Amino acid sequence: MTITLNVNGAERRIDAEPATPLLYALRDDLGLNGAKYGCGLGQCGACTVQLDGKAVFSCLLPVAALEGRRITTVEGLRTLDKPGVLQQAFETEQAAQCGYCIAGMIMRAQALLDRNPSPTETEIRAHMQPNLCRCGTHMRILRAVRRAADMMSGKLASLEGGQ
Amino acid sequence: MTANTATRLSRRSFLSGSALVVAFSLSSRAFGQLAGGGEGGAGPAVVAPTLPGSLKSSPILDAWIRIDADGEVTVFTGKVELGQGIRTALIQVAAEELDVPPSVVHLVTADTARTPDEGLTAGSHSMQDSGSAIRNAAANVRMLLVREAARTLDVEPAGIDTDGKGNLTAPDGWTLGYGPAAAALSLHVEAVANAPLRDPARYRTMGTSLRRVDIPGKLTGAPAYLQDMRLPGMLHARVLRGPSFGTRFQSSDIAAISSLPGVVKVVRQGDFLAVVAEREWTAITALRKFQDAPFVRTAPPLPSGDVAATLKALPSRDIAILDTANATAPATLTVRASYSRPWLNHGSIGPSCALARFEDGVMTVWTHSQGTFDVRRVVAELVGLPAEKVHAIHVEGSGCYGQNGADDVAADAALIALDMPGRPIRLQWMREQEFGWEPLGPGMLTELEASLDAENRIVSWKHEVWSNPHNNRPVGAGGVIAGGEIATPFPVPEGKPIPMPEGDGSRNSNPLYDLPNMRVTYHFLKDMPLRVSALRSLGAHLNVFSIECMFDELARAGGVDPLDLRLAHMRDERAKAVMTTMADRFGWAGRPRGDGIRGSGMGFARYKNLGAYCAVAMEVEIDRETGRVAVLRAVAAVDSGQAVSPDGIRNQIEGAIIQSLSWTSREEMTFSPDRRTSFDWSAYPILRFEDMPGAIEVHVLDQPGLPFLGTAEAAQGPTAAAFANAIADAAGIRLRDMPLSPERIKAALGAI
Repeated sequence: MTITLNVNGAERRIDAEPATPLLYALRDDLGLNGAKYGCGLGQCGACTVQLDGKAVFSCLLPVAALEGRRITTVEGLRTLDKPGVLQQAFETEQAAQCGYCIAGMIMRAQALLDRNPSPTETEIRAHMQPNLCRCGTHMRILRAVRRAADMMSGKLASLEGGQ
Repeated sequence: MTANTATRLSRRSFLSGSALVVAFSLSSRAFGQLAGGGEGGAGPAVVAPTLPGSLKSSPILDAWIRIDADGEVTVFTGKVELGQGIRTALIQVAAEELDVPPSVVHLVTADTARTPDEGLTAGSHSMQDSGSAIRNAAANVRMLLVREAARTLDVEPAGIDTDGKGNLTAPDGWTLGYGPAAAALSLHVEAVANAPLRDPARYRTMGTSLRRVDIPGKLTGAPAYLQDMRLPGMLHARVLRGPSFGTRFQSSDIAAISSLPGVVKVVRQGDFLAVVAEREWTAITALRKFQDAPFVRTAPPLPSGDVAATLKALPSRDIAILDTANATAPATLTVRASYSRPWLNHGSIGPSCALARFEDGVMTVWTHSQGTFDVRRVVAELVGLPAEKVHAIHVEGSGCYGQNGADDVAADAALIALDMPGRPIRLQWMREQEFGWEPLGPGMLTELEASLDAENRIVSWKHEVWSNPHNNRPVGAGGVIAGGEIATPFPVPEGKPIPMPEGDGSRNSNPLYDLPNMRVTYHFLKDMPLRVSALRSLGAHLNVFSIECMFDELARAGGVDPLDLRLAHMRDERAKAVMTTMADRFGWAGRPRGDGIRGSGMGFARYKNLGAYCAVAMEVEIDRETGRVAVLRAVAAVDSGQAVSPDGIRNQIEGAIIQSLSWTSREEMTFSPDRRTSFDWSAYPILRFEDMPGAIEVHVLDQPGLPFLGTAEAAQGPTAAAFANAIADAAGIRLRDMPLSPERIKAALGAI
């Protein structure tokens, strides 16, 4: 069936079986790479995107349920030459090893900062709990989220100055 | 140290036109080591044994470096990016010794049609093998460019310098770009061993934390992974396998699966089965339907005893690692202890993936295997093509920590592609297939016995280790799953130990400490009750854990400080420097000591006694009600020789600390007699954000000009020991069997 999805602010029409999880529509129909297949079970968060501003597992959401909903992927956080604040913070902190989990990390963190621009350390850790990283980049990811929060709240004027 | 001095002298000697050439000393330590740490196949033949790193097997310069007329530099490496940042580090090495900005260096990673074969990207060997080769190849190229400029100007080479921007310069202001200079000479010449290296005091790129070149794309959704590749006409495949290695589905209604809408074909080759569809979700739906059938076990039942009982029941080949005899004072105190580790999963976040296309008689395979050239060998044998008709290309995948499903899935994809000529096939394993079929990190057991004299000197040291082979890397079709499934299966090759000094199950069983009366024995167990192969650090994880726990057990029994006991038995100055730096930064002297809840512990090793030196200390707090341990902070010091990217080293060590904490405190592959039962992240939990340490600090001890020492696996053992030692310090409980889980800690606390 034909389904219209609102992805990163644009209406996109796809032809897919209604039960197809959003992850495959994003990757295979729309050619977006940010959301990754990790487990297909909602256990690892590699596929995290935002749905109406909330972080969700795209591997669990059938596309038929998503018409009229606002979907944002990591590709939607930036303009061509202006990366989003979180992306800048991850770059400054060099917060990636293999990076396979990172787009999902950014999308989950964005949902937190959108509703709570000054989260505590405990709030950040609790919020990021659903997303797995196997390389052990967690400390840098946490630093990057704090840096982004500081940048957004004006505590950090400069984007640079990471180690 | 001498290498530093020699390096500087050799450059000056050369530039002054003197015939005196000081022997290049960087290669001496690495000589005798095996490409890729002895994992995988024999590797390419050594044809130039006096050259450094992989120049030994590929000595011709243009195999490594080409410079086009515009001065753009292409560098070729047989190593691959696994998420460890090697791409950026190798670019830095090339840029430094060529004396060009890193931005003009384009790096090509392993490709059987384009790059040198450097064996596997494994064993923390990439800087030693490829870094050393590229460093010296670049120095050779720069030397030839300088000579060419000198010839053009009719001056001595000493009168020519480079400006760091890709220009040759003379004192009178004359400049010539590398592009035109390179056009006038051939790089198709053999490297010399003594090309002058740049003076560390003048380094522009090495030693700086150049930002990783691959990170921006990964943050913005650029196609950064093999999983993101899309080729025109590409079809999606899934392999149809039982729940874990050694099983298959009893009866499957192939016709029903073939007739599902969107299914293009079910490929069958003996017991090998795969579904191919136009759409990925269709292939997954077909797989799920197939999995409704009951499965049967096709291999002997999985073991039901604990690690120790399972391993000790296997026939052993005993290999003497160390056997020394010295006169000492009499022993006054002896400690005996046994340590173990269960089977572990690699747990890459992205399940393994490959693309393959069979066209015009050539099989092209895109793979994230650590052994691109081995993939070619495996696929050639599996599909019956000559090696020159198989082209294997490395593309980065999800993080890799040893032999996961990458090699198997590449073989699977090729087998499918063979059956569907002209159509590119993309195959990704499902999460449960990665857990169920990948080779596990082997379960291991050690037994140690050590004695102190009345002065708290160690007077004897005995270490026995039981392990399956850790190097079952496929080098032929028998090493991959599909090779055992096709109609005429290939036999599984017998596992072999990796000889010391690298070792496999024996890795780091030889203490770096200065100890008398050492008896170290490797009980090599060739029969593998579970499918196993290399997991980051191989046997070093348990061997270092065992040695470093025993040091703390001796220190406690002898009433001495654990750091003092270590320093008193260490002669290697760099090892001492790493330990004392760690101790200073951690505040070891004033550390929180055991009060039942809080405590501190340390661990140290030099990886393989050849790679990086690493010491780790941590402070823990135990929740006595739950047995959960919070790591309040961890401090590491590391000496990787010449640090190419200090932040790259910190990133690797931070990651190794967290991964080792996860292995050591939580992880265990579970199984029943008929199958593996850890098939997802709920049945195989790893550490998450709320389990993370409060802080991790990594201090890099740079050694300008000294050889590169492999870093990526250096912290696995020290971290594991520091964790156990901190728990013992905090609460007086000594846990020796991994995982040191909350349940076991609570049980141990209850017994006090």
